[in-house]
Amino acid sequence: MEEEGVVKKFLYLNRKAPYGTIYALESLEVVLIGAAFEQDVSLAFIDDGVYQLKKDQKTSVSDGIGVKDFSKTYRALEGYDVEKLYVDKKSMEERGLSEEDLIVPVEVLEDTKMAELMEEQDVVFSF
Amino acid sequence: MKFAILVNEGPYQHQASDSAYQFTKAALEKGHDIFRVFFYHDGVNNGSRLTVPPQDDRHIVNRWSELAKEHSLDLVLCIAAAQRRGMLDENEAKRQKKDANNIAEGFRISGLGQLIEAGIQSERLMVFGD
Repeated sequence: MEEEGVVKKFLYLNRKAPYGTIYALESLEVVLIGAAFEQDVSLAFIDDGVYQLKKDQKTSVSDGIGVKDFSKTYRALEGYDVEKLYVDKKSMEERGLSEEDLIVPVEVLEDTKMAELMEEQDVVFSF
Repeated sequence: MKFAILVNEGPYQHQASDSAYQFTKAALEKGHDIFRVFFYHDGVNNGSRLTVPPQDDRHIVNRWSELAKEHSLDLVLCIAAAQRRGMLDENEAKRQKKDANNIAEGFRISGLGQLIEAGIQSERLMVFGD
């Protein structure tokens, strides 16, 4: 199944908040399966996508929504050698979020840097 | 050029499937290769054998089946997304002890690895979504 030796730059672009739609969860599922292919993986979180990384997600039935909390999966990514997580600076600021609010360490990028990151990629998955 | 296509939305709900189809068809007419068309999220619903859309408008599922047949396209529905949404082929239906299967002609169910492989093997992956 794997093309021997070929390593491409894969970017997972996440722009939607978790739980309201399935895109965040199913995007993460691709990252986890994709890890086995040992490609050069980055994750970018822009617009409402930054909420995917927010700490203290309360999703149990008693908390109100009764949906499985998958936020700790982002912490498990390191174990899959997926360590390059980028968030968009303006998106964070617009939502009153700082790095301390997030569940994993990230690199905060200005929009020109984010554009440069995208330019470098071979494959961009946008969910 | 060798393209891979990713369709992230279901038929009729969004234009994604139409746009992907038009792109795929145009690319093939221009002599490009389509390595795979992968359906994810609600996109798996493009593979339903049971759609009965109004007769005076395009039949999105059949259109994909026909294009696949004409050009030997590999149309793949993601198994995880398909299971969530009740899209089962004969094997899956037996495995999951369900009393029906519903995959249309020309589509097959497989894992997300097929999407990653498509990204690796193609020169450009095109995403059609919301």
